[in-house]
Amino acid sequence: MAAASEYKTKVTLPSDREILITREFDAPRDVVFKAMIDPALISRWWGPRGHTTRVDKMEVRPGGAWRYISGTSAADETAFRGEYREIKTPERIVQTFEWEPMAGHISVDTATLTERDGRTLLTVRSLFASKEDRDGMVQSGMEKGLAETHDRFAELLAELRAETRSGAR
Amino acid sequence: MSALAEPNRLQIVELLRRKPLAVGEIVERLGLHQPQVSKHLRVLSEAGLVEVRPVGQLRIYRIRAQALKELDTWLDPYRRTWDERFDQLDDVLRDLKEKDKGKRNGRRK
Repeated sequence: MAAASEYKTKVTLPSDREILITREFDAPRDVVFKAMIDPALISRWWGPRGHTTRVDKMEVRPGGAWRYISGTSAADETAFRGEYREIKTPERIVQTFEWEPMAGHISVDTATLTERDGRTLLTVRSLFASKEDRDGMVQSGMEKGLAETHDRFAELLAELRAETRSGAR
Repeated sequence: MSALAEPNRLQIVELLRRKPLAVGEIVERLGLHQPQVSKHLRVLSEAGLVEVRPVGQLRIYRIRAQALKELDTWLDPYRRTWDERFDQLDDVLRDLKEKDKGKRNGRRK
C-alpha cells in the first residue's frame, strides 16, 4: 500500500467546464513522464487502490488510442479509453478521456509537467463539453462510494433474509 | 456554481478568498467599472457565495465560509480519488529512482 505522501493533491474549478488538479512529486520530470507513458508502470498506479488495472491499448503518439481495464474482479471490471492528441516529451500530454459506461461524455485532459529543484509539479486540466459533464465527473467519485454502500446494504439484507428463513424452519 | 462561470466573478471570488474587501477596492484591483462590479457582487451574493457587512460608510464583501465548505465537501471524493492514484505513482517513482541509482553506481564500478 502506498504511504501517505507529504504532497497533497489540490483540486480547483477554474471555470464551469474545467477541473484543475495539481500535485508535486519528489522526482525529476523525465521520471514522472516515463511513469505516465509506460504501460507496465501505468498499470501499477493509475487504477483505484485494490483494483487491478490492465493496459489493453496504449499507442503513445498523436492520434493513438489508449484503453485501460480496471476492477477488483472480472465481475466489476470497467474500461476507460481515449485518444492521444499531443505528446511533448517530457513536458506535456494531451489526451481525451472517456469512461465506457458513460460513453459520449468526453473530456480533454492536458497534463503539464514542470520541474524545479529536482521535483516535478504536475497539473492536469480537464476540459468538458458542458458544465453538466464536468459536474457529473466530480459527482462520480461520490456515486462510487454510494454504490459500494448500497452493495453492502444489499448483502446485509440478503443475509438477514436467509437467517429469518432458516429460523422459521 | 454557475455564478462563477463569468471570469470577472471568478476573479472577484479569488480576491475575496484572500481577504474581505470594499467595493471600491475590488474596482481598483480589477480595473472594472463600479456598476459592473456591483452587478457581479449581486449575482455572487444571490448565489450565496459572498456576504456583505456594513463597516462605517463602507460595505465590506467577504466569502461565505459555508459556501467554500460546501464546495470542498463536494470536491472531496474526487480529490481523494486522485490523491490515492498519485500516492501510488509516488511509489512507482521511488522504485524508478532506486533503479536509476543502482544503474549509475553499477557503471561507476
